[in-house]
Amino acid sequence: MRRFLAARSTGFSLRGRLVWQFVALSLVLVVALFFAVRLAAERASRASQDAVLGAAVIAVADAIRPVDDGLAFDLPYAAFSMLGAMGNERIFYSLSIGPRHVSGYEDLPPPPVPAEALSPVFYSADYGVNRLRLASVTRRVLLEDSLREVTVVLGQTRYGQALIARDTARIAAWVGMGFLLLAVPMALLAARAVIGPVDLLAEAVTRRGPQDLRPVRHPAPRELLPLVGALNGFIARLRGALQMAETFIFEAAHRIRTPLSLVRTEAEIALAETSDEATRIRLRRMLRAIGESSRSASQILDHATVLYRSEQFEPEPVDLAALAAGVLRALEPVAEMREIAFVASGLDQPVRVQGDGRMLEVALRNILDNALKYSHDEGRIFVALRRQDGRTELTVEDEGRGLSPDDGDLSGRFRRGSNVGEIVGSGLGLTIIEEAATAHGGSFSLKPRAEKGACAILSLPSSPSPSA
Amino acid sequence: MRDLVLAIVTLALGLIAPAGAFEIEEERIFGAPQGRELSIISTTDVPAIAPVMEAFVRHRPEARIRYMQAASTEVFRAIHDEQAEIDLVMSSAMDLQMRLANDGFAAPISPEIDGLPDWARWRDQLFGVALEPVLTLASRRGLGDLAPPRTRRDLIAMLREHPDRFDGRVATYDPQSSGVGYFLISQDSSQSDSFWRLAEVMGRLNTRLYCCSGEMINDLRSGRITIAYNVVASYAARYAPDDPDLIRLALEDYTFAIQRSALVPVNAPDPEYATEMLSFLLTPEAQAIMAESSGVALIPGTGPAASVHLRPVRLDAGLLVYGDQLRRGNLLAEWTAAMVQP
Amino acid sequence: MRFLLVEDSDDLAAAVVSRLALDGHGVDRAATLLEARDFLDSAPYDLILLDISLPDGDGRDFLARERQARRDTPVIMMTASASLSDRVSTLDRGADDYITKPFDFAELLARCRAVLRRHAGAADSRQHFKGFTFDALAATLTIGDETRELRARELRLLEILLSRPGQTYSKSHLIDRLFSFDEEVSDNAIEVYVGRLRRKLDGSGARLETLRGVGYRLIPE
Repeated sequence: MRRFLAARSTGFSLRGRLVWQFVALSLVLVVALFFAVRLAAERASRASQDAVLGAAVIAVADAIRPVDDGLAFDLPYAAFSMLGAMGNERIFYSLSIGPRHVSGYEDLPPPPVPAEALSPVFYSADYGVNRLRLASVTRRVLLEDSLREVTVVLGQTRYGQALIARDTARIAAWVGMGFLLLAVPMALLAARAVIGPVDLLAEAVTRRGPQDLRPVRHPAPRELLPLVGALNGFIARLRGALQMAETFIFEAAHRIRTPLSLVRTEAEIALAETSDEATRIRLRRMLRAIGESSRSASQILDHATVLYRSEQFEPEPVDLAALAAGVLRALEPVAEMREIAFVASGLDQPVRVQGDGRMLEVALRNILDNALKYSHDEGRIFVALRRQDGRTELTVEDEGRGLSPDDGDLSGRFRRGSNVGEIVGSGLGLTIIEEAATAHGGSFSLKPRAEKGACAILSLPSSPSPSA
Repeated sequence: MRDLVLAIVTLALGLIAPAGAFEIEEERIFGAPQGRELSIISTTDVPAIAPVMEAFVRHRPEARIRYMQAASTEVFRAIHDEQAEIDLVMSSAMDLQMRLANDGFAAPISPEIDGLPDWARWRDQLFGVALEPVLTLASRRGLGDLAPPRTRRDLIAMLREHPDRFDGRVATYDPQSSGVGYFLISQDSSQSDSFWRLAEVMGRLNTRLYCCSGEMINDLRSGRITIAYNVVASYAARYAPDDPDLIRLALEDYTFAIQRSALVPVNAPDPEYATEMLSFLLTPEAQAIMAESSGVALIPGTGPAASVHLRPVRLDAGLLVYGDQLRRGNLLAEWTAAMVQP
Repeated sequence: MRFLLVEDSDDLAAAVVSRLALDGHGVDRAATLLEARDFLDSAPYDLILLDISLPDGDGRDFLARERQARRDTPVIMMTASASLSDRVSTLDRGADDYITKPFDFAELLARCRAVLRRHAGAADSRQHFKGFTFDALAATLTIGDETRELRARELRLLEILLSRPGQTYSKSHLIDRLFSFDEEVSDNAIEVYVGRLRRKLDGSGARLETLRGVGYRLIPE
């Protein structure tokens, strides 16, 4: 019986995570690219525009000439035209002698540090609603017999510059977006390449038979080796644990049974030797209890066997007739003690089913045990095996006490029927049989016979599906 | 007739306009009385612009255009100082228009500008709508047997050789009172050294200075003057289209063409409609009408081609220099020195 | 019958020997496989009760060697582990039967009889008493020329009574020996079998006497 236990998902896919991380990284790079390009473009255009602004302010300053009756100032058209050509900026200028404004725009922000004659001072400031880039030079001019400082301030907006930077950055962003679009399939490819070996490994492990507990030898990339190692370690531990569990159960049974044998034997001897009735009653009780524990131990073992084998179910052809005959033979002496006769039919020729022989033997022994247990002395037990409608049915009928109508579910573990009286039995027997039947894709039913006794039917598919 | 209209309008405006408000010379409503109103302030005379406006309202029956004609300085003042709520501003004073744009009074707009040359726009704020060649006009009668001059050098020579015939009969704009006049002498002075020689000669001949083209042309036609230097052509074309006495001289050393440019103020009540109007002004239909009166097309292919001597003044940040007080002061001082000779 | 018990636990061995003696069987006990070999060399045995795990080896290997040497004394393996593979391998290696510890002595003897019956002529199981011969394996009672079949419980009863002729057995004692402790049996149940056996012993020179309130005993007539 293959059982695929779905692992609990952590809610994310490794492949998805890989792809998203790749894409997110790309996105971060694209954004970084955008800002880096924008910054670089801004700096480059600012540097070039500053150069033009500097040249213009010097040209303006050069146009200042002292004349006889004051100051001649022929604002150079070319300088302004040049400034305007740099991206159609707005242009502002002012000329002042000392603190007195003489010409141009009033209230233009003055330079933060006093400007010099030759190299302009550049600064940025707000003028009205506009952010300006300004350059300023100061010339000393002899005016009315005294040396006066004439300051020229030339400012321009930098909308064009911002626009250029934005455009450049937008181009970078488009390139980045293109890269991002490319990154998605690339990430998918990369993720597939990375996840591929994991899938292959999983497939190799899945393909294994249920009892294949050999270490995984599938070639795996170096990164997966720890996983494969851990898997192999786990398989080894599992194999060890399974063997240990089996060994432990049987060993435990062994340890209990030997002293139990001694107790039982001694009790029987004591019973034979004493004539004190009270002691005899006690000894009988004791013997009955020992019988019960012994039977319980057997059934626990049988149950463990059935569970263990149905976990690793691997059906093979089994001759159910021969199996049943063998079980009958083993139980014959016990039946004979109570002068119970087995009446068998259909066991003389092979009846093959797909199944686990040992599990079926356990089931049959428990069915017959049950029948024997509830049979009257000198009674008969009918065992019949036949094929019917593609199913193989083993019927075991006894003439003992039947089932009372309220025993709807007799297979409840450790529960006992209401009319079993003093008969020793744990009730685990029926569970064992039913589980074995289920593992084979079959069914087991126990119902009262028409007259007296019970009829147990184990029904198996003649060719059971392996996944049942 | 015009004077009468002007007087009525001025009177009317005088009653309703608040004190200190800009002065309007003429106002005309085009289109439906209850339509979607588009207010335009412009330096262009109403008769010159009327065909264009009428074409616009013909295409858009719902339109109502309130067209106000004013002097260029008043147009500038209306927008720059008074922030009047006007949708479209058209002016031939390029320096002032540039100053408005540079000082942030023009809204960025995106009209349809198919074929508009690069030099006819500044950013997305200022758009040239027509070329206006600056001509020299002469009276055939006044010249008599003299050959019309072809260059400034010819003009100077002619004036020098016949001071008696030209004394008091030469006219030009008064740069002190006329924005266009100042702009033109600025252009002339930076374009050619011969201008100052011409100014000197004109000063010696007691040149008469006018505030406006119209009066200058009137005096020319009435025979009071013989030569009118630097007259904006569209006026000449409008007022004397078929006067056989009038000679239009496009001097061959250079002939300026200023641009009538338009902008939509940032506080325009209906900028979309203004943009639509601007787009219309740039259509071949409107361009053809305007080219007819100015004699040259702004957008190639929509009217008469420009002659090789024509130098359109670019819409350029360099125009800002003409507003400089010091520069203006120096230039006017030089002009006055040339005009008023001892 | 004469048994060889191969069992390493002294306590259990002593108990089993005593218990079998109750039924009148002679038992030698070997603690190791080596001792077992010695016993088997020195005397014939009807049956060997062989434990699986012994200090000097595996009982199944010993059995396999015995069978190879064509010594075919019947063997019942005693196993405590009850694992199926143990049982299967036990039978595969030549054991005649197996019994799981702790065992019901009645079941053990029933299995012994079944095994010996299959080994026809292997053991002389006949007992003579007065005018009859009792063959436990054949489950017959022969009086003169007449052979009478005995049913399982009649046989068990006669076996018990014959092990100590003349001794009185109480009803409850006989019930304990005759029935499994798992069964619920009334005191009267024994009377049925006593009655049947008494009829089968008619003319045998022996009599099954009822001592009212005490029990039963087999005495010569």
